[in-house]
Amino acid sequence: MADERDKSNLSDGDENGDDREVTPSPRRPVTSSSSSPAPSHRHHRQTLYGIMAEFEGPNELVHAARKTYEAGYRRINGYSPYPIEELWEAIGFTHSRLPLIVFIGGLLGGLAGFLMQYWIEVIEYPINVGGKPPNSWPAFIPITFECTVLVAAFSAVFGMLFLNKLPQPYHPVFNAPNFAMATRDRFFLVVEANDAEYDHDKVVELLKSLNAQEVVDVEV
Amino acid sequence: MADEPNKPYMEGPMHSTHPVIDPGLTFASVTDKISSIVLTRRTSLIWFFGFAISFALFQLMLLAITNLVFVGIGLWGVNVPVAWGIDILNFVWWIGIGHAGTLISAILLLLRQRWRTSINRFAEAMTLFAVAQAGMYPVFHLGRPWLMYWLFPYPNTMGIWPQFRSPLMWDVFAVSTYATVSAMFWFVGLIPDFATLRDRARSKPFQLIYGWLAMGWRGSARHWHRYETAYLLLAGLATPLVLSVHTIVSFDFAVGIIPGWHATIFPPYFVAGAIYAGFAMVLLLTIPLRKLYGLEAFITMRHMHNMAKVMLATGLIVGYGYIIEAFFGWYSGNRYERYMIWNRMHGPYALYYWALILCNIITPQFLWSKKLRSNVIVLWIISLIVSIGMWLERFVIVVTSLHRDFLPSSWGQYQPTQWDWAMYVGTIGFFFTLLFLFIRFLPMISIFEMRTILPEAEVEEE
Repeated sequence: MADERDKSNLSDGDENGDDREVTPSPRRPVTSSSSSPAPSHRHHRQTLYGIMAEFEGPNELVHAARKTYEAGYRRINGYSPYPIEELWEAIGFTHSRLPLIVFIGGLLGGLAGFLMQYWIEVIEYPINVGGKPPNSWPAFIPITFECTVLVAAFSAVFGMLFLNKLPQPYHPVFNAPNFAMATRDRFFLVVEANDAEYDHDKVVELLKSLNAQEVVDVEV
Repeated sequence: MADEPNKPYMEGPMHSTHPVIDPGLTFASVTDKISSIVLTRRTSLIWFFGFAISFALFQLMLLAITNLVFVGIGLWGVNVPVAWGIDILNFVWWIGIGHAGTLISAILLLLRQRWRTSINRFAEAMTLFAVAQAGMYPVFHLGRPWLMYWLFPYPNTMGIWPQFRSPLMWDVFAVSTYATVSAMFWFVGLIPDFATLRDRARSKPFQLIYGWLAMGWRGSARHWHRYETAYLLLAGLATPLVLSVHTIVSFDFAVGIIPGWHATIFPPYFVAGAIYAGFAMVLLLTIPLRKLYGLEAFITMRHMHNMAKVMLATGLIVGYGYIIEAFFGWYSGNRYERYMIWNRMHGPYALYYWALILCNIITPQFLWSKKLRSNVIVLWIISLIVSIGMWLERFVIVVTSLHRDFLPSSWGQYQPTQWDWAMYVGTIGFFFTLLFLFIRFLPMISIFEMRTILPEAEVEEE
């Protein structure tokens, strides 16, 4: 399948699935896909966030995610009550910039920690302690280490929140009727309306064929 | 974590008799059972009773601190030559207790010990609350605690800077980093569970509070991926951090030239002692808690056995430390070192020394017996004895070394005053106050991590 499209999923962040900005547009009542007529492709793009399928277990979800990805959809995302490694692999999300951010954070923290001590003990406020040289660097290592860990840990936590665009009080998926169960024992797959391959009826058809228990439209 | 994310780990004879988690549980029952403790279950009378006692003792701590700040450090028994009394001792004791939480949450995560899952949240909370107690002691021991910000390097009108060659400065950075990282680790672990509580809560205020704390978590696969990466990296950072913290605490002693302190064994000996005391405290707290809240399906006998084994192993390392200390005193050929060890065993504080040997070396040997390990009451009593023993150990290290050092003319005796004890008992009250609030308002077992170890969480390969 199209390798070029796969590549777009390797980057972390903005362009990916549910991380993109959500621009609210005029509300439409939620329509159950089974009864809804098939409005035009264009129209859906403006009012729908996507189509959500509900699954009973992790196996069904991962299977459906793989099949949906194979069918050529890229703006898809899974929702589960616990981390499932196979799931993010199935939707083609395997790479994150987070480790790099943490590495740089740790490096800067350690450097800043050492330079602070060097500047204070050598340049700004040199004091002779037991005849040790002003730059008695072995004595500076414990604090350098602590600063490395501190800044790296901050980078890990805030980097994760930043890349995940959290806190985010509102998100369209919360409109789905059963979505509160995503934090208990239910599993969801969303195909977003702005997917290049998106066609409302085709997506509904596909998701239904993948053992989905219920397929609903999700409003922006 | 990367290779076998959902494996329930139930192989082997031991594992079949004592699984990590009760096999009858499901995603729904795990979620409902743990969240019901916070959301729907009636708060038990025992909780109110325990909270009331802890809160009363917490008031005693506030009284002790207020009095100390008004009157001065003379209220405590510390004076030259023993300027570090039970206040610094309690600092070391509390921070050591905290280390088991980080060990369980970070080191056992990296070692893929799945059994950690049902106790890590609770142990991390214990860490955080113990570090909060520990942090108070050095600050109030300063004598002028309102100037504690002088410890931090900031440009000031006095034109002075801290001395970074001093282990006491290392301590400031180590303990504050440890507290910050532990708090972040704990909070990150709670985010998905806040979302669970947000979606389960029935009353508006709780929905709002948990919703606010969950920050809009929705269980997206992309979020989970970064979340797991962040969690693993934090564990990787916390692991050397926890070792560094107690190493640096031991440097407070080992860098000094006082007999009995100036020893290379101190860092590993202190770290092992910290884990030893910490596991004793985890057992001391979880045994009544699992009974009270009916959590035997989550915290199984497997956990009890494993924690008892860790306690036994670290207890043996600590015992080795005592032997090496005595050997070092004799082998050094230094008369002060030799006198120090003789004084510990036969001097005015000999009772403390031999009580410590009894508590920390003799008592844990009972843990070799599988039968005794399977008895939670025996386990609880041993944990209590070990906790006391570790307190005595720090007493022996701090006081016996200081009270008779080089010059007999400067020897002295140390006796804690009632305000020392009030502060100590008060911090225990504060610790339990925080702990009672925690088990009432936050899930004491990580819900989302429990889901990952369920048999139904396993995804078949295609």
